[in-house]
Amino acid sequence: MLCCVCKEKEATVHLTQIAGDKMQKVDLCEECAKQKGVNDPAGFSLADLLLGLGASQEMENASGGSEVKCPACGFTQADFKKAGRLGCSQCYQTFAEGLEQLLKSMHKGTRHKGKVPAALRETQDLAERLKSLQKKLEKAVNDENFEQAAQCRDEIKVTKDKLSSISAS
Amino acid sequence: MNIHEFLITPAETSRRDGPHSKIVMSSRVRLARNLKGVAFPGWAKKAERIRALEILRPAVEQLPSMKNSFSESMDNLTALDKQILVERHLISREHAAKNAGSGLVINKEESLCVMINEEDHLRMQALRPGLQLKQAWAVLDQFDSALEKKVEYAFDPSLGYLTACPTNLGTGIRVSAMLHLPGLVLSEQINQIISAVNKLGLAVRGLYGEGTEALGNVFQVSNQMTLGEAEPDIVERLNKVLAQIIEHEENARGSLLEKKPKTVLNQIGRAYGILANSHSISSKETMNLLSFMRLGTDLGLFPDVQRGLVDELFVITQPAHLQKQFSEKLGADERDLLRADMLRDRLRNVSRPLNAPPGLEGTKLDKPSEE
Repeated sequence: MLCCVCKEKEATVHLTQIAGDKMQKVDLCEECAKQKGVNDPAGFSLADLLLGLGASQEMENASGGSEVKCPACGFTQADFKKAGRLGCSQCYQTFAEGLEQLLKSMHKGTRHKGKVPAALRETQDLAERLKSLQKKLEKAVNDENFEQAAQCRDEIKVTKDKLSSISAS
Repeated sequence: MNIHEFLITPAETSRRDGPHSKIVMSSRVRLARNLKGVAFPGWAKKAERIRALEILRPAVEQLPSMKNSFSESMDNLTALDKQILVERHLISREHAAKNAGSGLVINKEESLCVMINEEDHLRMQALRPGLQLKQAWAVLDQFDSALEKKVEYAFDPSLGYLTACPTNLGTGIRVSAMLHLPGLVLSEQINQIISAVNKLGLAVRGLYGEGTEALGNVFQVSNQMTLGEAEPDIVERLNKVLAQIIEHEENARGSLLEKKPKTVLNQIGRAYGILANSHSISSKETMNLLSFMRLGTDLGLFPDVQRGLVDELFVITQPAHLQKQFSEKLGADERDLLRADMLRDRLRNVSRPLNAPPGLEGTKLDKPSEE
């Protein structure tokens, strides 16, 4: 088996990391293992190593080998391979396809859970409220409950006004 | 005000105490954030980085919790100043390498520290003595909420906060604790613990973070995954693991004293002997020996020493802190001499360790190993 970093020498160091139900494997030759600091258990983390390896390959595969460039900042896959960092926030869209697999191997999930900026949270809440009101309205109309339908329509108007006032500011 | 007038003395910060501070030296929560529509610092041109700094620095300074803070552009700090900040764990080594276009804001209590244009536009950290991850998260969460009213973050509803490195994507949070684990090292259980902790998806690193050695039996444990798990859950998960590590360390100390009292007492006695009497000592040896003195203090072998003294020595014997006290540039050899002078002086009134921990007088010999 060849080392997965230099792809030249025989791999003699085999690493496995199990996080939750995910298993990741890396095979390295002695030289690359040393270079990556694998023999120092305190300073080593598999995620950092995998980032340098899998990432650029995934992205190459996803783009069919052609050179994709971020329209916002001009960043390319070759840059990612070199730096292990992205160019700007827009890059996450530009390289989305290649990044997905990488994120899957690196994180607990691929969808954000947790804090959302308050301004955005408010819009999200309102949008959800709007959706449920529209459903309620539909049902009320079907049931010929016109009193409730009228009430829904008023609430929808208030919610929509709130939403547009937020996006305007 | 320059950074040296601003910083609290190591003597004072070392006296700060928190829950479990025998084993947990400090707690830290860090958040990574970026501005919308501005390239990440590593890719942005200098003018763009400076623009980001000009937006962020005043916004951070004006927050109520940053009243009377220290705020400076990195090019106005000398290499020595930066190294001192690294030795205090206030900035990363990566940030110390930054110059024009990067900045730093530290609050009066040194409990909040914001690096501007490190790997991300914002790296904000809350620090607490002992084990106080929840408190650190609560403070930083509030700080972040106040800041998001003034600047617009790069955020995506499904990917969360967008960061330069995909390893920080989502919450952008790193929750970590600095642990002193001499018991687990002496009893040779540390590698087992590290691999068990790794299996839970947490990272174990050395004293100065990524890629550094575990000097002085000090380890940093932190979360690795940032996407797909909410902040309070990450904090909670780390707390659970830390509670177990603390228990293992306490058990290791207990069973070492029971089974190998002479080995432990020998290490501590020798550490004291060298620290209090040497005439040349490297920073690495100092840290490793101070670790055993800290253990000896925890075990009650140095009745007249507070743990704070050992922790203070941990900081002030490091290269940049030592250099700061002398005007001419010191070579490594000269530093080793001056470090030894300082240690002899600071330990001159410390009596040598007791023959046995209080309550365990008449300590027996080591038990033969069971194999």
